[in-house]
Amino acid sequence: MDWTALVLSLELATATMVVLLPIGVWAGRKLAWSRFRGKALVEASLALPLVLPPTVLGFYLLVAMGGATPLGRWYESLFGHQLTFSFQGLLVASLIFNLPFAVQPMQRAFEAIAPEVREAALCCGMSRLRILRRIELPLAWPGILSAMVLIFAHTLGEFGVVLMVGGSIPGKTRTIAIAIYDRVQAFDTTGAGIMSATLLVISMLAIGLSYLISAPGGIRRHD
Amino acid sequence: MNIARRMRGLALALVFLFSSAIPAWADAPVIAGAADLKFALEEIAAAFMEDTGREVNLVLGSSGNLYRQIGQGAPFRMFLSADEGFVFKLADAGKTVDRGVLYAVGRIVILVPHGSPLKADGKLNDLAAALTDGRLGKFAIANPEHAPYGKRAEEALKNAGLWEKIKDRLVLGENVSQAAQFATSGGTQGGIVAYSLALAPAVARLGSFALIPDSWHEPLRQRMVLLKGADETTLAFYRYMQQPTARAIMKRYGFLLPGER
Repeated sequence: MDWTALVLSLELATATMVVLLPIGVWAGRKLAWSRFRGKALVEASLALPLVLPPTVLGFYLLVAMGGATPLGRWYESLFGHQLTFSFQGLLVASLIFNLPFAVQPMQRAFEAIAPEVREAALCCGMSRLRILRRIELPLAWPGILSAMVLIFAHTLGEFGVVLMVGGSIPGKTRTIAIAIYDRVQAFDTTGAGIMSATLLVISMLAIGLSYLISAPGGIRRHD
Repeated sequence: MNIARRMRGLALALVFLFSSAIPAWADAPVIAGAADLKFALEEIAAAFMEDTGREVNLVLGSSGNLYRQIGQGAPFRMFLSADEGFVFKLADAGKTVDRGVLYAVGRIVILVPHGSPLKADGKLNDLAAALTDGRLGKFAIANPEHAPYGKRAEEALKNAGLWEKIKDRLVLGENVSQAAQFATSGGTQGGIVAYSLALAPAVARLGSFALIPDSWHEPLRQRMVLLKGADETTLAFYRYMQQPTARAIMKRYGFLLPGER
């Protein structure tokens, strides 16, 4: 069992979740309630990672983030190391890859909030921040939570992108999915088996949780 | 219950979880090694750790892939290639400290899993027979495009006049270690892999093997080199590779060493 790899994957999944939470809330609300030109285009672009082959995204990231590109050089001058083959590089890949998992469930959740409720709150003189905290987030939280669960589980399983931009460096870019692949190549079927079983259990818990949240009569919030 | 407060608590907990592990990133130097070194290098790294108390992290893959990753800026400190050509190319590109040193010459074997209808015949006569009488379904080698052991396997098969016939039967491992895994997994009738892997206990118990004459292919001259930015531990490991303990391990894995024969 490669604990370093498991911890690294959990870190990557957590970091992706933390960064995408505010982005998802902001984008989800915007898309749910505003009409603007090119909205369909924006929605389509946000959904693109759902259908894009991971190796394609990996290839473009490798080309875009490499040391010779403006983006790569800018990052290196800022942080002193290269973006490819680093944890931060994986994080960038993971953020892009998980955008639809963050935005879509949250958008649906915000869409389900009746406009009358928000209007009533505005009429009562509540500030917008207060409306967000006391009304919108509590009502949308099943959507937000299932987005978080999806992001977490999806990041743990990411393989193609990580293989392309990661380089399987222990403690930095060797995630649990890559470690399983490595263990099989090293004739360590026991190790690969234990790690696969671990991921299976985590995935089952995650999907179970997300169904529990979204099921009618499932977890309800009482405030 | 206040949802906002709970969310804040969750976020704090996550940030803490995430930040607590950051120091673990910066420690042992990362050393890139050809996949034929899988077992040998792991043993040497363990012996190095025992003798010096220092740790190195190993990343193994096909030499061609590692070469590409080094060119793209992967943070490796040392590169043990299975083909010295890659080391020279990196040296010409200014990525290395010097032109490195030859550390071993490798050999290839035909590896046949237990229960396979194929015989482990180093002259590949039985492979030729199996191709005509239909005993051969699939045969594993490493990808000749970027894995030196795959390239040598291709040369040996060409030398035996079997390449055209066997081409459509080949499954290609990403590196020679994966090729060995394919060769013994039961999905194929065998494969051509590194002698060093076939000698490893984890592989040896899965099948039998025979050496293919080294006159049938270009030599597998394996060269290692320190990359720019190599630290003291890496330098110590580079020297350790040339000392008796490491040489004895390499010899046990069937490598021909510089200054011997």
